[in-house]
Amino acid sequence: MITMEHVCKSYKIARRNAGFGEAFKALFHREYEVIHALSDVSFTIRDGEMVGYIGPNGAGKSSTIKILSGILVPDSGTVTVDGRVPHKNRMEHVKEIGVVFGQRSQLWWDVPVIDSFELLRDIYSIPRGIYHNNLEELTELLNLEKLLRSPVRQLSLGQRMRCEIAASLLHSPKILFLDEPTIGLDAVSKIAVREFIRKQNEIHKTTVILTTHDMQDIEALSKRIILIGKGKILLDGRLEDIKSDEGIDETVAELYRAYDI
Amino acid sequence: MLLKMKEAVRLYGHYLSINIKSAMQYKTSFFLTALGQFFVSFNVFLGIYFMFRRFSSVEGFTYSEVLLCFSIVLLEFSLAEMFARGFDLFPEMVRTGSFDQVLIRPRNEILQVLGNKFELTRIGRILQAVVMFTYGVSHCKVEWNLIKILTVIFMLIGGCAVFSGLFLIYASLCFFTMEGLEFMNILTDGAREYGRYPVSIYGKKALLLTTFLIPYALVQYYPLLYLLEKDNRSFLVVVPLLAVWFLIPSYALWRFGVRHYQSSGS
Repeated sequence: MITMEHVCKSYKIARRNAGFGEAFKALFHREYEVIHALSDVSFTIRDGEMVGYIGPNGAGKSSTIKILSGILVPDSGTVTVDGRVPHKNRMEHVKEIGVVFGQRSQLWWDVPVIDSFELLRDIYSIPRGIYHNNLEELTELLNLEKLLRSPVRQLSLGQRMRCEIAASLLHSPKILFLDEPTIGLDAVSKIAVREFIRKQNEIHKTTVILTTHDMQDIEALSKRIILIGKGKILLDGRLEDIKSDEGIDETVAELYRAYDI
Repeated sequence: MLLKMKEAVRLYGHYLSINIKSAMQYKTSFFLTALGQFFVSFNVFLGIYFMFRRFSSVEGFTYSEVLLCFSIVLLEFSLAEMFARGFDLFPEMVRTGSFDQVLIRPRNEILQVLGNKFELTRIGRILQAVVMFTYGVSHCKVEWNLIKILTVIFMLIGGCAVFSGLFLIYASLCFFTMEGLEFMNILTDGAREYGRYPVSIYGKKALLLTTFLIPYALVQYYPLLYLLEKDNRSFLVVVPLLAVWFLIPSYALWRFGVRHYQSSGS
């Protein structure tokens, strides 16, 4: 169970105008602007749920994921994930979660994928039996057979993403955070990834929290959506309830307009 | 505790092996850099050699004595560098936000940062340091006994701690500045350069500073006096181990930095 109560997080960001002169001035005197990435965010996610977390760019989606995975420390509010406070019990917490950042790779660039997997086995101290079972299952479901021995730098984006997802599930985490997992993928890869996530949730009852801009992802995967804009939760409900006949993209665009975000 | 240590060493070994595999992908570059590194530090040795061809002593230290001092400092530094220089690439990790990846793994952050990028080319420098060390020790006209050997070992341990601490401070500051701080190199690489000569030749102030603030003198000057029989007080043997305290504030600063980590973009 994941609960966030009244969580706030703000960043201080340096601002300056374009131009060399301005850059030079900023060297001595900097103007800061405080960005409220999250203000008073509260929600609860039950075990085994699959939740789509949507909102425009800069709404605070990644910040939420980062707080839930213990990377960032919230300014105020309480966060508990299965009874743990992520940023305080970091080590115990991260054993139980898997995280995929669509924009970043966790695999070693120059070596075959399988080498990265074996390193992860040691990092998480995954017992051999479990590791082999998981690897076998993931290889089959994500169709990795041919990819495992190629260096990561030679994989296509879609192939790499499949490997990234496998990498984050080797230690059988109870919760999976996916930050834009389908970004930049072609139709075939997207469908493969979605299908896999759905199965993972179904078979292993993995709690999945998914951020995305691709509304088809949401449509295919999650019953529940949480809409965030300007750091505030604007809507938390079932997808069917908000869906109109126009199609999901139009519905969401309508929502964004309605909330002025 | 011991089991944990064993686990950590094992994981470090695994990191090392994946780094070697990565480096092997670019063979020529690997060998040329290692060779280059070897010659760069060999130069330093020549510098000392030629200077002493003109002057026979510096502030009461003879050529062979300075040579011993230098070779010990160089080995201290190279050992620390071998393990802790991974922090060099740390500013990049903080700026691009790839430190996130470290925080979502159930392992010590420092171990991961060090393992993540491992400059294997430093093997060239380690080799060179070992060669220098052997040369220094065998040419220094010190009458070796068990206690003196122990002193040298303590010096290596303490020195390794001081330099590692400095690398750690360097990395911690990146959490706040987002940039690597070149000035920190004065303290690390600089210390190696100045460390060629016993600290005392730089004057009283330098000696005080390196005794109490950044404890170079504890791993270099004081035990050296004992080795060279310029000072026979036996507590000097364990003085280098005191330098290990330096790791405490360094580590505290690191913890403080991790809590202030801001990640980057999405």
